[in-house]
Amino acid sequence: MSLLATHDLTAGYGDFQALFGVDIALDEGETIAIIGANGAGKTTLMRSIAGVLRNAPQMVTFEGRQVGALPADEIVGLGIAMVPEGRKLFPSLSVEENLLIGAHGRSGNGYWSLQRIYDLFPILKEKRRVPGTSLSGGQQQMVAIGRALISNPRVLLCDEISLGLAPVVIRDIYAALPQIQEAGAAVIVVEQDIGQAMKVADRVHCMMEGRVTLSGAPSDLSRDAIHNAYFGAAA
Amino acid sequence: MIWIDTIAQGILLGGLYALFAAGLSLVFGIMRLVNLAHGDLIVLGAYLILLVVSILGINPFLAAAIAMPVMFGFGWVLQRLVLNRVLGEDILPPLLVTFGLSIVLQNALLEGFTADSQRVRAGPLETASVDLGAVTLGVMPMLTFASAIVVIVALNQIFYRTALGRAFRATSDDPVTASLMGIKPASVFAVATGIAMIVVTIAALYLGMRSNFDPTIGPARLIYAFEAVIIGGLGSLWGTLVGGIIIGVAQTVGAAINPEWQILAGHVAFLVVLLIKPRGLFPRAYD
Amino acid sequence: MIQTHTYTVQTRTPASQLAAIGAAILLIVAVAVPLFASRSLIQDLFFILTMLTLAQFWNLLAGYGGLVSVGQQAFVGLGAYALFGAAILWGMDPVAALMLSGIAAAVVAVPTAFFAFRLQGAYFAIGTWVVAEVVRLSVAQWKAVGGGTGTSLPPDARDFWGVATVESLFDVRASAARDIVTYWLALALAVVTVGGIYWLLRTKRGLALAAVRDNIEAAKSVGVDAGRMKWLVFIVSAFGTGVAGGLIYLQKARISPDAAFSVTDWTAYVIFIVVIGGIGTIEGPIIGVLVFFALQSLLADFGSWYLMVLGGLGILVMLFAPRGLWGLISNKTGLQLFPIRRRLYPTPKK
Repeated sequence: MSLLATHDLTAGYGDFQALFGVDIALDEGETIAIIGANGAGKTTLMRSIAGVLRNAPQMVTFEGRQVGALPADEIVGLGIAMVPEGRKLFPSLSVEENLLIGAHGRSGNGYWSLQRIYDLFPILKEKRRVPGTSLSGGQQQMVAIGRALISNPRVLLCDEISLGLAPVVIRDIYAALPQIQEAGAAVIVVEQDIGQAMKVADRVHCMMEGRVTLSGAPSDLSRDAIHNAYFGAAA
Repeated sequence: MIWIDTIAQGILLGGLYALFAAGLSLVFGIMRLVNLAHGDLIVLGAYLILLVVSILGINPFLAAAIAMPVMFGFGWVLQRLVLNRVLGEDILPPLLVTFGLSIVLQNALLEGFTADSQRVRAGPLETASVDLGAVTLGVMPMLTFASAIVVIVALNQIFYRTALGRAFRATSDDPVTASLMGIKPASVFAVATGIAMIVVTIAALYLGMRSNFDPTIGPARLIYAFEAVIIGGLGSLWGTLVGGIIIGVAQTVGAAINPEWQILAGHVAFLVVLLIKPRGLFPRAYD
Repeated sequence: MIQTHTYTVQTRTPASQLAAIGAAILLIVAVAVPLFASRSLIQDLFFILTMLTLAQFWNLLAGYGGLVSVGQQAFVGLGAYALFGAAILWGMDPVAALMLSGIAAAVVAVPTAFFAFRLQGAYFAIGTWVVAEVVRLSVAQWKAVGGGTGTSLPPDARDFWGVATVESLFDVRASAARDIVTYWLALALAVVTVGGIYWLLRTKRGLALAAVRDNIEAAKSVGVDAGRMKWLVFIVSAFGTGVAGGLIYLQKARISPDAAFSVTDWTAYVIFIVVIGGIGTIEGPIIGVLVFFALQSLLADFGSWYLMVLGGLGILVMLFAPRGLWGLISNKTGLQLFPIRRRLYPTPKK
């Protein structure tokens, strides 16, 4: 049985349907990547899993439990944490407060503590007193990741964590991934950077227009197959 | 010398207005909700204290301590059952609902307590004063002012030093992302309104002990509170105290010139500040 | 073969045409009411018509302009005092002075808007309230019209334009004749108000107004000057509210600052009428004023219970039917008596 899975997941905003029957599954200790162009439904998928968008109960299962209809604050409590697209740090909180607030929903013991986050991203300790939003983009991303980790999640959802960052910064951030995996979190990364996704993921799902169009291990996927799945076969 | 006395009285009166305003400021800061029933809730608190005093025959300060949890509960339920349902982009529903609440509260109090003026008796404290040479200050006004400072310090401590305050600020910044942290905005708002009601009870205690009150005086208190908040700059509690002092001094100075000008002078001071500094004296950097 | 369709733009609906015919018949009946109705019915109708006028202007402000004012009593009171001032100080005929009521309100609306527009959203509401308080407290200092205690309309001013004619035509006493004349004026004012607002909303400006209400950023991006529209709506509403205020106190013939600037009578009631009936529609205030009047008649003997019911009803409507009673009716039936939305209809091929 998978740790986390979606089952024929449909979701949208009002009259606009963004997902049409998405099935993905995440096993314990696994890292999967969701790739696809803008508007493919990747962020909607993340928001549906995280409970920002509420669905029918059976559409999302976590540890065998139907959680599709639970609100975001309860999903965190179960052990699914999200690094939202655009980082979304709280402007009126300092760096340290931004990290601490991540522990609000779940006080369960685990590997991650404030100290361990500072060990992972030492720059944050230096800047812990300044407002989170005054940091550089890469440092803000570190805060957003730390904020999600501090709840000691079983599943970490990372939505577009490399978007808008310089390659060298992206490398630094992805360098933290092995330690996160080792600490016991299964990870879903949403990426537009296909190369990055292929490097870190055990399996890749490619999405287009609200559907998964291609799935497989990075080594099994040819460039052409990805290209077709990404832009449509006719392109 | 009369002017020093007038200004000193005005500053102390500002403490009362800051107490009226602190709850309003707290709720607005966290959920952008302007509660038009705020003044009537203060009056409700005064009647509750009066009721406890007359039933148990105890000191008004003790009575206020008993009223506080009741008012907290009332605020919590009000937020959960009514106000949470109307929060959102559109400002009209919360305004109209709290306006309706204001009318309901006023008339429920009229029905329950009649239109007669009431007062919470505080014994010798009412008339006690301290002679400081140049000015003679009443003990009650000084106590009011000190309470305002204690309330502001306490609220700032909660806001900036506790996990609850962190949740308040995070939810105020971005409720959706806050929910990703495991925060339930609906509960955070309910607790915030509950705390605002505790402040309202403290304001009600002094309102009731310092002067006569009846069910219809709430809206005027709301206006003073609102003026103090705007003058201070939204979201700054110390600014709210300064705003209260400006209104208080304007009123006592106006009254010293012509007793009929007291209230008018306060409003005019507000309009003048608004003209010069539209965002108040201590505006928040971002909003 | 490529088919082309042509469309015509219409705002009319079948229901609105029926409504127009109905309204015309109703208007004729309404004008004729003094021929057969009792004096108390005429007074009730006067009350309904003036409240309807106030409600339509508040709805224009809040429902269409997004300007939630809690200070409209300033303009009611100003209009009333302008009329009393002109009659007492200059001996002006009160009916002619009604124009002055509107002008006085519009003139004070300019600095009011200047202050209040600096405040956003909810703070705008209380800002207008503060201005109304300032106006009330200032007028209470005006000794020539009775200061804080108020005054009555002088006897010669009570014999205003039309009273003598009605007196002899209908063979009634002067007091009844005054009620008839003020009733006709209220009817004219209400008709002009409803018609004028309907016309305004159907013009280009009115459409721009709806755009501003729905999305101020989008409206700006297509070149709607949101600031100018807000000014226009605020001043027009102040003018109309001022005229209504003048007329209300012409009928009452006695004024005091506390009554003329009452937030309960001239703003709270008006807000409940609009909210209960349905904000942002012309039909809403009409339904609202009828419900309001029915409630008032039913609960008149219960004092403050009446206001509690009204406030409670307002809260319930806002929570469970935010578009009001008319919204419920319109949703169920699709009925629109004053259609504003433009619809496309395929033109039949010839």
